Amino acid sequence: MHPALSVIIFTTLSGFGYGLAAILGLFQPDPSLMAVKFGHVLAFLAIAGGLLASTLHLGNPQRAWRAFSQWRSSWLSREGVLAVLTFVPLTAQTGLAVVFDTSIGWLGFVVAVMSGITVYATSMIYASLKTVNAWHNPMTNTCYMLFAASGGLLAVATLSAFNDTQSTLIVLAIIALAAAFFAKTIWFRALDNESGPSTPGSATGLGFLGKVRLLERPHMGENYLTREMGFRVARKHAQKLRLISYGLGLVLPVLLLLIMGATGMVFFGVIALLSHLTGILAERWLFFAEAKHAVSVYYGSESA
Amino acid sequence: MTSLPTQVTGKKLGLVIDLDVCVGCHACAVICKEWNTGGYGSALSDQEPYGEDVTGAWLNRIHTFEVTPGDMIPGYGKKPKGQGVGEVIAQTEEARVVHFPKSCLHCDDAPCVTVCPTGASYKRGEDGIVLVDEDKCIGCGLCAWSCPYGAREMDQDAGVMKKCTLCVDRIYNEDIPEIDRQPACVRTCPANARHFGDLGDPNSDVSKMVEERGGIDLMPEQGTRPVNKYLPPRARQTLPSSEVPSAAAIAETTDGAQGFMKWIDTALSKI
Repeated sequence: MHPALSVIIFTTLSGFGYGLAAILGLFQPDPSLMAVKFGHVLAFLAIAGGLLASTLHLGNPQRAWRAFSQWRSSWLSREGVLAVLTFVPLTAQTGLAVVFDTSIGWLGFVVAVMSGITVYATSMIYASLKTVNAWHNPMTNTCYMLFAASGGLLAVATLSAFNDTQSTLIVLAIIALAAAFFAKTIWFRALDNESGPSTPGSATGLGFLGKVRLLERPHMGENYLTREMGFRVARKHAQKLRLISYGLGLVLPVLLLLIMGATGMVFFGVIALLSHLTGILAERWLFFAEAKHAVSVYYGSESA
Repeated sequence: MTSLPTQVTGKKLGLVIDLDVCVGCHACAVICKEWNTGGYGSALSDQEPYGEDVTGAWLNRIHTFEVTPGDMIPGYGKKPKGQGVGEVIAQTEEARVVHFPKSCLHCDDAPCVTVCPTGASYKRGEDGIVLVDEDKCIGCGLCAWSCPYGAREMDQDAGVMKKCTLCVDRIYNEDIPEIDRQPACVRTCPANARHFGDLGDPNSDVSKMVEERGGIDLMPEQGTRPVNKYLPPRARQTLPSSEVPSAAAIAETTDGAQGFMKWIDTALSKI
C-alpha cells in the first residue's frame, strides 16, 4: 500500500494525542504544574493536528463533513463521529486544567474511555479491510491501542518528572512500551509468514486449469491501482526500517527513561519521547509500505 | 445509505464474460472510456495524455494471463510426460493464453459500499448496480482499498471515485434505439465475448449460459459474492487422427491434378 504522508501523520499524531489525553485523564497529575498544563495542550493539539492532516489526502476535502453520516456501516465514519464526540470531554478536561488548575476524576475516566474507543475505530479502518491480509487481524487493533497507551505513559512520566520523578509511571511506561513492541513483533511475524488467500488462480478463476501467471499488464505505464495499492518496498530497506523503529521507538526510550529515573534529569525523558515518536513514524510507514493488497495478484504478484 | 440495500427486487443486472472467446482486442476498454467520459458523472480524465508518463482513469482493463497445466487437468486428462508445472508456454502443449477483461463485478456483498463514510457509494435495490454519487464523494479512496478486484479508480482531476456504472445511462435510455440499450462494452465487442442480462433470473440467457458453461466467481475467498460471472475456456478439442492431414499430404505434389492443371503439369514435366 502507498504510504501517504498525511495518513502516517494522522495515525501517529492522533494515536499519541489520544493516548496522552487518556493517561492524563486516568492518572490525574496535578494540573497546577506548568508541565502538566503543557501536556494537556499537547494532547489536544496532537489530536486536532492529526485529524486535520487526515483531510489533506482527500480529493474533495470541502465535503469532509459528509463523512460523519455513515456510522452504521463505515469504520471511517465511526472514527470521525467518535473523534468529534471525544472533543467534548477532551475540551472540558483541557480547559479545566489550563484555565482553572483543576481536574475531575470521572471526566478523566470518560476522556480515557472515549479516547480508547476512538483509537480502536482508527485501527478498525485498516483491520476491517479483508483485501489487505496483513491488516485484517486483531493484532492490528492491539498494536494501535498499545502504541497510543505507551506513548501517553512515556509523555506523562516525563512531564511529571519536571516536578518530581515518579518511578511508578516510569515502570508503567517501560512495561507498556515493551508490550506494544511485543505485539508488533507478533504482527511482523504474521506478515512475514502468512500470505493472503488470493492468487492469480483464484483471481482469474483459472486455477483449476493449472498454474496461472500474468503475461501482460493492461497497459505499459502505472495507473491509480499500481500507485496506490502496488507500492513495494525493498526487503533490505524494510529490515533497516524495522530496526530503526525498534531502536528509536523502544530501546532508546527505555534506556533514557531509566537514566531519567536514576538521575532525575527530565532532559532524558524529553529525548525519549521525541525518539519514540520518530520510531513510531517509521513503524507507521512500514505498516502501509509492507502491506500487500489483493489486487496485486492481477499485476504479477503470486499471492496476496 | 452505505449499508447494502435491504429491499431488493431479486434483479441482478451484470455481465457474463466468455474467456473462451475474448481475443484481447481492448475494444471494450476503449468504448468504455469513450462512453463514460461523456456520460454519467465527471469526465474520465487523463493526466499528461500526450506526454511521456501517460496515465488516467479507466473503468475496464484487459489483462492477459498464461495458464500452464499441472500433471492432471480436470476435464482435460493427463498431461504429457516430461513437462512440469510453470514451464514456458511454448514448451507445454496444453498451455494457453487467456485474455481477461476486468471491470466492476457489482457484488452482492460489496465491501466498497459499506466502507464509504459519506454515503456516496451505494448499491441499488432495484437492479443491484453499484454506483458512486459523485456529489457526495470526498475522494478518500477507502472504497478502492476495500475492493479486491481493482474495479475503482480515483479520477485525479475531479478528485472523485470512478467505477463501472453498467452503463446505467444506456440500458434504461429510451432516447437510443433498443438494440443499443446495453452496456457499451457488450455492444461493441467484436467477438461477442461479453453478455449483459439479469443474473438474478435463472431463466435469463446469461443465467443459462453460466449454468451450461460452469460460470466462475472471481476471488470467492474474499466473500464479496460477485454478480458478474466469467466463463472458463472450453476444453481443447483434438481432431481424430483420420482427420488430421498427414505430412505427406501437405507436401508439394501434383497427384490427382485435373484438366488444365494436369495439362500444365504434364507439359512442364516434359520440358
